[in-house]
Amino acid sequence: MRKNFNMIVLGVALMAGLIAPLVTGASSAGFYTEVLLGGLMAGVLYSLVALGFVLIFKASGVFNFAQGAMVLFAALSVARMAEMMPLWAAILLAVGIMVALAFVVERVVLRPLVNQDPVVLLMATLGVTYFLDGFGQTIWGSDIYEINLGIAKEPVMILGNLFEGGILINKDDVAATVAAALLVILLALFFQKTKTGRALRAVADDHLAAQSIGIPLNRIWVIVWSLAGVVALVAGVVWGAKLGVQFSISQVALKALPVVILGGFTSIPGAIVGGLIIGVGEKMAEVFLAPVMVKAFDLAGGGIENWFAYVLALLFLLVLPQGLFGEKHIDRV
Amino acid sequence: MLYRENGQFKTSYRQDQQMLPILQDRIFMGLLLLFVYVGAPFIFSDYFFLSILIPFLILSLAALGLNLLVGYCGQISIGHAAFMSVGAYAAYNLVLRLPQLNFLVVLILAGLIAALVGLLFGIPSLRIRGLYLAVATLAAQFFTDWTFARVKWFTNYAPSGSVSTATIDLFGWHVDSPVRKYLFLLAVVTLFAVLAKNLVRSHIGRAWMAMRDMDVAAEVIGIRPVYAKLTAFGVSSFYVGVAGALWGFVHLGSWEPLAFNITLSLNLLFMIIIGGMGSVLGSFFGAFFIVALPILLNRAPEWIGVDMSTAMVSHLESMIFGSLIVFFLIVEPQGLARLWAIGKEKLRLWPFPH
Repeated sequence: MRKNFNMIVLGVALMAGLIAPLVTGASSAGFYTEVLLGGLMAGVLYSLVALGFVLIFKASGVFNFAQGAMVLFAALSVARMAEMMPLWAAILLAVGIMVALAFVVERVVLRPLVNQDPVVLLMATLGVTYFLDGFGQTIWGSDIYEINLGIAKEPVMILGNLFEGGILINKDDVAATVAAALLVILLALFFQKTKTGRALRAVADDHLAAQSIGIPLNRIWVIVWSLAGVVALVAGVVWGAKLGVQFSISQVALKALPVVILGGFTSIPGAIVGGLIIGVGEKMAEVFLAPVMVKAFDLAGGGIENWFAYVLALLFLLVLPQGLFGEKHIDRV
Repeated sequence: MLYRENGQFKTSYRQDQQMLPILQDRIFMGLLLLFVYVGAPFIFSDYFFLSILIPFLILSLAALGLNLLVGYCGQISIGHAAFMSVGAYAAYNLVLRLPQLNFLVVLILAGLIAALVGLLFGIPSLRIRGLYLAVATLAAQFFTDWTFARVKWFTNYAPSGSVSTATIDLFGWHVDSPVRKYLFLLAVVTLFAVLAKNLVRSHIGRAWMAMRDMDVAAEVIGIRPVYAKLTAFGVSSFYVGVAGALWGFVHLGSWEPLAFNITLSLNLLFMIIIGGMGSVLGSFFGAFFIVALPILLNRAPEWIGVDMSTAMVSHLESMIFGSLIVFFLIVEPQGLARLWAIGKEKLRLWPFPH
């Protein structure tokens, strides 16, 4: 009962924060919707990165810090190879590279460390992060590169008759959203309908039982890391097409951490919804809350989106430790 | 043959509880201290002090602090540079606003302020652990980064947000030359290392280790989790805060808002992984490794006669870093300190294998 009460309080507070700018008249409905949509678009990218986390965490219990580095590596590969060949060939080749990477990681890092403490594995993926960051930039270079998906960048006006001035929306953002949605549907089909997908789910449920009925764990890990690599590739291409491929992509991984806390470590829908919540919350906070804070505390500029996601995740941890869609079990002390 | 403890009998509890129970260890430690206090200032160049020994000493203090929390109490933190920055800015503001305070007092106060902030961010550890706690500590990292970059009061309204410090004055003794900085740091680090060594074998340290090994069992045998965890966070943040103040005042002199960013946090974590978790000695090994490796890698192309761009060197450095971390986790999860212990054990038995 108390638990529910806390959740209701948190929910009401969040909703109040969300609609406050509208109610208090701090922004016009059109601008508000634009910020909301912008947040959703950013959220899609967070979701994509978080999706990679969740896939690996479900199947192997490894918290993969290297997901951001994988996104950067995949994006760099596509961007540089697209200079030499058509884009589709570059993407196909990059998929091959990510699969090869999964093999190497499984063989060199995971297999020797099997049965170690989760924190040890987390640190091992930190090592992989450093290696991949250096490796990617050594072979592909460290400038800013472009991925041209052939989608026009100029914004389109929609709903002009509903709000005055309409809403500006970027076509590539829409494409990103569609790509993310497609990817999630494909993954869902893969998990529900194919034999390998079922094996993956079995491993996620109980890897000892899965092993005892003859599911090869090592191969499952390769598959799941490959999948995470492909998800990283999609995230990298979408992100790279929007903002250019550069080192800062690798830092997105840090933003995906609160997303998985929010959504639950083991839930794919959780990663999606969590990403959207973080994306919207962050944008809203930056646009509407930051100016208020700057005025109130005499700050040297806003930038609260750097930590807002973490505070939001912490609030959720206090009320709903397993996340929105996660399994109920949690390490409690 | 030299390293034998035969004939060294312990005839009192006092002797049994000595920090270095073997005579040869005591002689070695004595010679080492003699060397670093008396010999080193005459031998090494200013460059060596400034680029290796001074950062090494400060970072080993910080790594020691982190090791108390992660290695001894088993609470993961990937945001410990946050507490370094708290220490550094606290010291800056104390010197600025209370100029009559001696720097030693400032150092202690800065550590205490960092400890308070550490306690605050340690509170989530009472309910969560492992990966969840990692995220909570990351929140500390980003929140302090933002606070010190944006809240003007902390940087005394400096337009660029960067702060600079005056020379430290200890009762008329100015800590200005590299050798003096080195000696000052050495004294501080020796003191804190001895303190830490004794702390971890006291009841507090034992409570931490019990929490690390199994929290439920620890609670059953009468260790209060709240007390054990919060003291670990507090003491650890105190150490790291002092290290942060020293990093700002002695090593950097002046620093930008993001001098204590997540990279520094991760480096601290690497130091204790490579050096050895749950080992005071390991913190020193790890800090030396992390400080010396980039310098070595920067110089290596020159030595072997290959011409490489700086960007290339930094990429290679990060690759080698990453590989070494994985290598150490696989081959020797207990780090360099464990190798040292194995070496000592072998030496005791030499020339026999067992």
